Amino acid sequence: MTATLDAPRSKPAPRRTNWEKWGWIYMRASGVVLVVLIFGHLFVNLYAGEGVKAIDFGFVAGKWASPFWQWYDAALLWLALIHGSNGMRTIVNDYSTGPRLNTWLKRAIFVSTVLLILLGTLVIFTFDPCPTGTAADLLPSFCAAR
Amino acid sequence: MSTITVEAAQGSALESEMEEAPPGSFVVTLIIRRFIPELDEEPRWQDFDVRVLPTDRILDALHKIKWEQDGSLTFRRSCAHGICGSDAMRINGRNRLACKTLIKDLDPSQPIYVEAIKGLPLEKDLIVDMEPFFESYRQIQPFLQASGSPVRERTQTVAARERFDDTTKCILCAACTSSCPVFWTDGQYFGPAAIVNAHRFIFDDRDEAAQVRLDILNDKEGVWRCRTTFNCSEACPRGIEVTKAIAEVKQAVLRGRP
Repeated sequence: MTATLDAPRSKPAPRRTNWEKWGWIYMRASGVVLVVLIFGHLFVNLYAGEGVKAIDFGFVAGKWASPFWQWYDAALLWLALIHGSNGMRTIVNDYSTGPRLNTWLKRAIFVSTVLLILLGTLVIFTFDPCPTGTAADLLPSFCAAR
Repeated sequence: MSTITVEAAQGSALESEMEEAPPGSFVVTLIIRRFIPELDEEPRWQDFDVRVLPTDRILDALHKIKWEQDGSLTFRRSCAHGICGSDAMRINGRNRLACKTLIKDLDPSQPIYVEAIKGLPLEKDLIVDMEPFFESYRQIQPFLQASGSPVRERTQTVAARERFDDTTKCILCAACTSSCPVFWTDGQYFGPAAIVNAHRFIFDDRDEAAQVRLDILNDKEGVWRCRTTFNCSEACPRGIEVTKAIAEVKQAVLRGRP
């Protein structure tokens, strides 16, 4: 067989946005930020103050009363979920050989990730520990209505 | 009377055995993954007992099998001295050159498993179709592209030559590419060997087509498929730091220049 080169010095056709490259960069950048965010999260929740015993409904409500922790947790949620699902996508690319199975698995990962991010973000920013019009016995002890 | 004859016969048989067997030699079992397309539907494992010296190579053992036991055993080898890159194979689960792997460096008390390299189409016994491998090698344009007529030597500083020295050592044996788990499942991936050979020209300051090669490797199936598993660096019989070379190409793609 002879070696053939089709127009060896021609530039390859311009492509659309290179998602593989941006995916690769995202994994590294988000990885570095996540290390900081996750250890901060673990320190505040499990060690600082009374430690792990302090975690209850009131503790979470108290954190989300502050915009700082709202944005902290939102950043953690977005970065970690996209990081994780991109990793899952990579694993699917590595191990699922059939093109149809590959497409469907990746769609499932995409849908579940979008759903989780939207739900999580909604909860973080609309969280109200003492919703008005709720029966008093369903409210936690620190609510004014109780 | 008859007893003596038998003993004499046994004695001479032992003597001829002793003549053939050099001092220090021993019998080792090679279990080879055979596949003869005309006979076998599926590859099968076949074992051979071979008398070897500890300083013999796997290639010597394969030769002994082919020349003395089973002429149908098929494998590639050309120079037999670790420079042509013909006899890469999977020995005890690791990609090595049969001509550079000494029996004593394995564990001769256990059977030695020999099979063809993975990820490329198996043709016969230890021979695979190397064409997909060479196709991706050709795609990265592995030749010097410099403008101007070559009327005199293109000089280069020692430091500039040092920059890509490691990747000039590649012998295209495919040990790295066929050890890469990404390549096993995604045959479209360029593979470590193609990236190593692109590296050799991308970082050569006499070459002017680095940008073209960086564009080619900045592809869905290019450098970003690398998962830094380091299988390639471990497999390389020439000791090239393959994963490092791939990482340098990644950095060059991000910078947009070598």
